[in-house]
Amino acid sequence: MTGETNETTTAPARFAIPSRILHWLMAPMVIAQLLIGVTMIASLSYYPLLLAIHRPLGVLILAFAVVRLANRLTHRLPPFLATMGPAERRIATWSEYLLYALLLVQPLIGWAMLSAARFPIVLVGPLHLPGIAPHDIDVYAVLRQAHSVFAFLLFATFTAHVCAVLFHTLVLRDRLLDRMALWPTKPAAPQQDETKV
Amino acid sequence: MEPGDHSDHGGEQDDKPAETEPTHPLRDALTRRSALLGMGAVAGFAAVDVGGFAYAGGWLRPDTLTPLLPSRFADRFEHVYGRHDGFRRNHAKGLAATGSFASTGAGAAICRAAVFRPGAIPLVGRFSLGGGLPDQTDKPDTIRGLGLLFQTPDGQQWRTAMVNVPVFPDSTPQGFYERLLAAKPLPETGKPDPQKMAAFLDRHPETVAAMKIIKRSPPSSGFADSTFYGLNAFWFTNSAGATVPVRWSVVPQDTGGTSGPGPSPGKDYLFDDLIRTLAQRPLRWRLVLTIGEPGDPTNDATKPWPQSRRSIDAGTITITAVQTEAAGNARDINFDPLVLPDGIAASDDPLPAARSAVYARSFTRRAEEPKSPSEVNVAQVLS
Repeated sequence: MTGETNETTTAPARFAIPSRILHWLMAPMVIAQLLIGVTMIASLSYYPLLLAIHRPLGVLILAFAVVRLANRLTHRLPPFLATMGPAERRIATWSEYLLYALLLVQPLIGWAMLSAARFPIVLVGPLHLPGIAPHDIDVYAVLRQAHSVFAFLLFATFTAHVCAVLFHTLVLRDRLLDRMALWPTKPAAPQQDETKV
Repeated sequence: MEPGDHSDHGGEQDDKPAETEPTHPLRDALTRRSALLGMGAVAGFAAVDVGGFAYAGGWLRPDTLTPLLPSRFADRFEHVYGRHDGFRRNHAKGLAATGSFASTGAGAAICRAAVFRPGAIPLVGRFSLGGGLPDQTDKPDTIRGLGLLFQTPDGQQWRTAMVNVPVFPDSTPQGFYERLLAAKPLPETGKPDPQKMAAFLDRHPETVAAMKIIKRSPPSSGFADSTFYGLNAFWFTNSAGATVPVRWSVVPQDTGGTSGPGPSPGKDYLFDDLIRTLAQRPLRWRLVLTIGEPGDPTNDATKPWPQSRRSIDAGTITITAVQTEAAGNARDINFDPLVLPDGIAASDDPLPAARSAVYARSFTRRAEEPKSPSEVNVAQVLS
C-alpha cells in the first residue's frame, strides 16, 4: 500500500472513481453501524430490532471492506496536498491503514463472537452464516471485549478523520475534500503561493 | 496540523523564512474570521459527534429520567441477590441437560420452521431455579425454569426459557424491575418488606391478578412433573404465509410418577430427584402450541388465554441425561427468547425484547467473570 508522491501543483488530484464510490457507500454504513451498536447495548425495547440490523449490516460492511482493500491495492493514491506536513502525512497514512484494518477486523470479531456464544449468525429470514469460532464462553468474553474496544477505536479514528478533513477544507481551505468528491467541483483557482516545490 | 491562521506556504521545509506578507488588513480580518468559522465548524462537528455517540450509549443520561437500560437491570439483580461471579444474574442455580425433540409434524400447519417438520432433532436444555443465588436451598414454591435450545439441520435455532407458572407476574419490564426491588428479602426476616410489597401491588393491579392465577396452580412435586410455560405470545407463520399468535408450553408425560415419599430434605432435593430419576429413565414432555384468537392479548403475559383455545401437540421433548454445569454445556448458553427460527417472530409483548437485552448483558458479564463450580453436581448425587 504505497503510492503517495509529491504534492500537487494545481487542482488537487482526485482519488480513482471506484475509490470515491466505495468511500461514500461505506461511510453511511459505518456511521450507522457505530450508532446502532452503541444504541442497542443501551436499549431495552429496541435491542432485538437494532441487533437484527447490526448483524447483516456488519456482514455487508465486511464484504465492502474486502472489495475496498482489493481496490486500494490496485489503485494509486493521489498525491498529498502541499498543506500537509511530513508528520501529518505519516499520521494520515497510518490512520488510513488503521481504518482499513478496523473495517475488516471488527465485523469478523462480531461474527466470531456470536459463533463462540453458539448463536446462529442470522442475516435475513432463514439466511444465515456458519460459525467461525469454537463454542467457548471464554473465547466469547475476549471477543466481546475486543468488539467494544475496536468500536471505540473505530469511532475515535472516524472522528479524527472527519475533523482533519474539515479542518483542511474549512480552515486551511485547501480543498482537501475535493479529492474524494463524487460531486462536481470547481476547477482549481490558481493558488500561486502553493506552487513552489 | 499546524493551527496557524493561514499558513500559505507549502508543507515541505522551504528554506525561505515565511515572512509575513504585507497584505490588506481587511483581507487578513476576513481570512481570520473564516478560519475561526471553520474551526468552529470542526469543533461543532466533534461536539455533536462525540455527544451523540455518548448519548446513544446511555452515558449522558441521568438515572432518574431515562428509560430502563439493560445494564441497570443486571445491576438490580446484583443489588438484590449479590454478585456471584460466572453465574447467571437470574436463574443462577441450574443443571445442564441433553435430549431430543420428536416432531409430530402437526406444528407445520401453523409454522414453517424446520423444527416442526416430522422427525427428531437434538436438544440442549437447562433446569433452573429463579433468583440470582447459585447455591440457594431448593424450595417447592421457588420458580422453576426450563431453557431449551432446538437445533435444526438447516442451521437455525429456537431458544426458549420457560417457567412453571401459567402467567408472568409482570406485564412490562418496568413492573418487573420495580417488583425485583420490592421483593428483596430483608436481612432480619428473610422476607420482603411488607410495606414495600403492598405499595408495589397497589400500583400494579395486573401483578395482583396474575398472582391469583399463579396461586391456583400450586407447584408439582419436582422438575419431572412440572409444566413449563413459554408465557409470551409469538407470531407463527406457516409456509402459506398465514400468521397466528401462539403461546407454548411443555406438559409432563410422567405426571406424579416422581420419586417416592415426599420431598427429601436435602438442600438440592429438586435437582437431586431429577438426577436420580434420569439415571433410571428418560423424561418426556409434550410440546403444546396454543393458538390465540382475535382479541386474545399478545402483549400482556399476565393475562391467560381462555382454556378453550385450540392447541396443537407439536411433538415430544425427551430429556435423556443431565450434566453438572461445565464449560461447553448448557452453562454457556444464553437462552435468549428471541433466538427464533424463520417462521416464529416476536409479538408486541414488551417482555421478550427486554429479556433478550438483559440476558445478553448478563451473559456478557458472567462470560467475563471467573467461573466456579455449580452447586448441583451429578457425580456427587449418583455416587
